[in-house]
Amino acid sequence: MEAYLSLFVRSIFIDNMALAFFLGMCTLLAVSKKIGAAFGLGIAVIVVQTITVPVNNLLYTYVLADGALAWAGLPDVNLSFLGLISYIGVIAALVQILEMVLDKYVPALYNALGVFLPLITVNCAILGGSLFMVERDYNFGESVVFGVGSGVGWALAITALAGIREKMKYSDVPEGLRGLGITFITVGLMSLGFMSFGGIDL
Amino acid sequence: MKALRNFLDKIEPNFHKGGKHEKWYALYEAVDTIFYRPADVAKTTSHVRDGIDLKRIMITVWMCTFPAMFFGMYNVGHNANVILADMGMAGAEGWRIALISSIAGFDPNSIWDCLVHGAAYFLPIYAVVFIVGGFWEVLFAMVRGHEVNEGFFVTSVLFALICPPDLPLLYAALGISFGVVLGKEVFGGTGKNFLNPALTGRAFLFFAYPASMSGDTVWTAVDGYTGATALSVVAQNGVEALEAQLSWMDAFLGFMQGSIGETSTLAIFIGGAVLLVMGIASWRIVAGVMLGMIATSLLFNLTGDASSNPSMAMPWYWHMVVGGFAFGMIFMATDPVSASMTDTGKYWFGALIGFMVIIIRVVNPAFPEGMMLAILFANLFAPLIDYLVVRANIKRRLARG
Repeated sequence: MEAYLSLFVRSIFIDNMALAFFLGMCTLLAVSKKIGAAFGLGIAVIVVQTITVPVNNLLYTYVLADGALAWAGLPDVNLSFLGLISYIGVIAALVQILEMVLDKYVPALYNALGVFLPLITVNCAILGGSLFMVERDYNFGESVVFGVGSGVGWALAITALAGIREKMKYSDVPEGLRGLGITFITVGLMSLGFMSFGGIDL
Repeated sequence: MKALRNFLDKIEPNFHKGGKHEKWYALYEAVDTIFYRPADVAKTTSHVRDGIDLKRIMITVWMCTFPAMFFGMYNVGHNANVILADMGMAGAEGWRIALISSIAGFDPNSIWDCLVHGAAYFLPIYAVVFIVGGFWEVLFAMVRGHEVNEGFFVTSVLFALICPPDLPLLYAALGISFGVVLGKEVFGGTGKNFLNPALTGRAFLFFAYPASMSGDTVWTAVDGYTGATALSVVAQNGVEALEAQLSWMDAFLGFMQGSIGETSTLAIFIGGAVLLVMGIASWRIVAGVMLGMIATSLLFNLTGDASSNPSMAMPWYWHMVVGGFAFGMIFMATDPVSASMTDTGKYWFGALIGFMVIIIRVVNPAFPEGMMLAILFANLFAPLIDYLVVRANIKRRLARG
């Protein structure tokens, strides 16, 4: 239990997807203008991440890994070269379903997220989560915890960034830096703040 | 005085639009308003009339750092003189030593000698910080056409006070440049940034040049002498080891190693009391930091296992007097620009700092001190806290009908 808890804290703060690994930058920078939309996208990422990482974990353990097909009588088959395309396929399918659900039940959020919801499919934080899961040899339980944790961490980062950017409406940024430029600097400074967790060994 | 006013009035047209020194208006304005009240008055209908304006706030904060500053200089000099007396002046050379010997001695019991010795380390840092930071401030003011703001007085003195005494002056210049330019000016100057500029600069130095900003050798002004800060003693050997070499009262008064201005909790509280009474520093933030720190350290005291991590057993009254806690709580956390703006938000903002500082000090083995990073971390979430408070208010009012 304690191991799961420390993995959870670790994936939110110490290995924060956005501010420690700089994954999912495109959406982080683009959809962080309003706290409401950022929060919604954060929730969407948490949901997608929570489902895809464990599903990909099952897929990896029972189909793709070296010798994983032993249950089907094929102990010598190694399908791990299909990893990338399979993970993306799972993610794409899930995002499609999520999109339909949002369109039907939460149209306001669906409209606010716009094109960025389908873009979650190619969000590096999501694919990165699945790849980290494989690389770090998480078992099923750990992959559930890691999926939730890394999603929450990313959501936290984008919501905090949106808060700062809403406040920065009152700033007077030099002409050439307005828009993306200052946002890059802001994210860099945020990650300086998140360095407080660097070095914690749970 | 009349002559000065006349002179300033005479040269003023040169600095207006179309004048030959138009670009230097910011500098002219700064000089003018140091000596005289600004001539501009509010013209529209709604405004607040108050004796305390931004200029006066900033100058007051600046003056409130004086107790900590003078004690800090004395303490740096005192520590150095004690060590030099032990080591018999061996290794004592350089321009600082020559300068000190010309106006004072090296007697650790003489207040004057200690003050001069400390000043020989603090004043160069402060001067470099002030000149380099002031250069950026004026440059941005001239190019972007805003006024030079007194906020810079505060940033520069706070930055200088949280440097270790042994800091190379080049690094001091780099740090304040990063803090002023990227921490403040790219966002448009005072009041428009979201991180505390002094802390941004220090954090930059801390991660870029860790050997000059942390460890055991940087806290005294004598080359080659190592002396651990109270927090790293606790992190390695536990609270008993600290109590064996330093009494709580000494730590409260400030007779220990540390950054220049942070050691004396008493001197900081004297300045802090003035700020709190004048309403410049928010008492809500200070209370939040204090309560958050006490609650979190009590939690670790009760539940933590001190045998594996000696910091767990450190009681809150020790946390309060060592490291940068007091300085950060009074001067950094209460920065009105980067803190939460709403009243309820200020409690939460403060509590987040108090919580984080203990977490970093106790749980993170990489950094024995956590006040700087805790405040920066809370700065990131300050706007979000405000947003949530405002939303909660809206919801409550709607529910009330």
